[in-house]
Amino acid sequence: MTEQRRPHILITGAAGALAQQVIEQLRDTCDLVAVDFREQVYLGDDIPSYCIDFNKRVFEDLFRRYQFDGVIHMGRIMSSQLTRMRRYNANVLGTQKLLDLSHKYGIKRVVVLSTFHVYGAVAYNPALIDEAAPLKSAGLSADLIDSVELENLANIYLWRYPELNITILRPCNIVGPGVRNTISTLLASERAPVLAGFSPMMQFIHIDDMADAIVLAYKKPTRGVYNVAPQDWVAYQHALKLCGCKRIQVPSIPPMIPKMILGTLKLKSFPSYLMAFFKYPVVIDGRAFVNEFGFEPKRPLKEIFRFYRENKRPV
Amino acid sequence: MSLASFLKTRLVPAELDQHINRIRKPIGSLGYDPWGYNNEAMKYGLSLTKQIYEKYFRVQAHGVENIPADGPVLIIANHSGQLPIDGLLIGYALASREKDARIPRAMIERFFPTVPWLGNLLNEVGAVLGDPVNCAKMLANNEAVIVFPEGVRGSGKLYQDRYQLKRFGNGFMHLAMKYKAPIVPVGVVGCEETIPAIANIKPLAKALGIPYAPVAMPVVLPAKVHLNFGAPMYFDDLEIPEEQVTDRVEKVKAEISRLIDKGLSERKRLF
Repeated sequence: MTEQRRPHILITGAAGALAQQVIEQLRDTCDLVAVDFREQVYLGDDIPSYCIDFNKRVFEDLFRRYQFDGVIHMGRIMSSQLTRMRRYNANVLGTQKLLDLSHKYGIKRVVVLSTFHVYGAVAYNPALIDEAAPLKSAGLSADLIDSVELENLANIYLWRYPELNITILRPCNIVGPGVRNTISTLLASERAPVLAGFSPMMQFIHIDDMADAIVLAYKKPTRGVYNVAPQDWVAYQHALKLCGCKRIQVPSIPPMIPKMILGTLKLKSFPSYLMAFFKYPVVIDGRAFVNEFGFEPKRPLKEIFRFYRENKRPV
Repeated sequence: MSLASFLKTRLVPAELDQHINRIRKPIGSLGYDPWGYNNEAMKYGLSLTKQIYEKYFRVQAHGVENIPADGPVLIIANHSGQLPIDGLLIGYALASREKDARIPRAMIERFFPTVPWLGNLLNEVGAVLGDPVNCAKMLANNEAVIVFPEGVRGSGKLYQDRYQLKRFGNGFMHLAMKYKAPIVPVGVVGCEETIPAIANIKPLAKALGIPYAPVAMPVVLPAKVHLNFGAPMYFDDLEIPEEQVTDRVEKVKAEISRLIDKGLSERKRLF
């Protein structure tokens, strides 16, 4: 009697909270291998875990050894980490290497985690931006170029190698326990800067919901680019209030002033190149993903904000 | 009782509070919609507008029942008076109507989102950046959308040009056809007299990055305003050349012109 082979999946970005949620959801039914640029994480005896640079030759050995069926690519050096150059090498060239190897070793399913930042925050953004909208981010800040380039690469591979079945997910702000990105740090802090007179509409997705979305996407091999966002919206300053953050008003006009202030302060949680996202709304339309994959976010905004309000001082 | 709820009881009459709660809106769990509309802010906005509408401009509205009770609809009007007071008054007329009240959305100039406080405030009471994508998505959401096809050409015109319709863009007609939205024409009379401008200082406007810089008295005059809503106009969604779309736009423009003349003849005095 032959037992059906469990799918082998490579998961990148394993040190991140999101990847660990995805791993939790898949570990019972799949054989997982976890990798991360940053650190080696222990995920239990059943999951081999590596700290590895995708641009190094040994990375290919993993493909030879484990014969992956699919890749879930969440590994990303966030825009607040490292230098622009190193980030470009890791995020863009590293992804290219990953996709090349995926093609070489006959991977049948790739899910790439992108971000809504690629759309760019401009005053003239319409709301409910859909996936066909131009990616304006690269023109706005050199620090976001790697996000857009990574997407472009994934898109090229999506069309050039349809057998890879690439799906690119562009989620809104991912928040919740363990998330270490800019917005989560802000919501968790006692005091958060705001640009005086600007409170753009924002969307938040709970990390558990995002993990559900990634697992759902992985299980249905529909190629394409999809926004992932719940059908709920809140203004930035209102969100801070609900999280119990005191708002520190940063003068907002003329635009040079906040840029100068933030450039001088070099706040990790409020970098000057993300300033526009706290000024103008980037509201994405997640309905295509909901319809295609039957995604249903379960954690409401109030629950997300309650978590941040009640966990101001971590033990 | 918190300060916010105390202020609310003083500023927002209970009747109006219930009235807005009754109007169905596609909003999320915290009272916002994707464009920044906020139910609570709207209550304050409407209470304030009620005073402006009834006491200051003493608006006389005819035919507001012509706006369908539901489904997508475009409310097309002439634009005038430097500030978007006309949009505010048309919006209030529809939001306060006894039967089948609706909260309309107004498409606003692209410059507003860059203005601190004002941009957000306008969004909270239903105004939206005048982008065709926004308008399309709203019609798909069954909203009533107020559009001034003259844009800044209309609102920025000088007192000497009052009640002369400027060129209408064709965008609204394309959207009305695509989304099968009826067009309700509105003739606004009175807003031209609220801020009469005698000149426009173009270099100053350019330096400040604003659409126009009128030379006018720094007050809004209490002109009496007449709003005349026409019968809904329906257009099919056939593929037609742009020339014919322009003809349809001219039809709407002619109807608005007729409604303006009606308002002007009804008007007994300026204030």
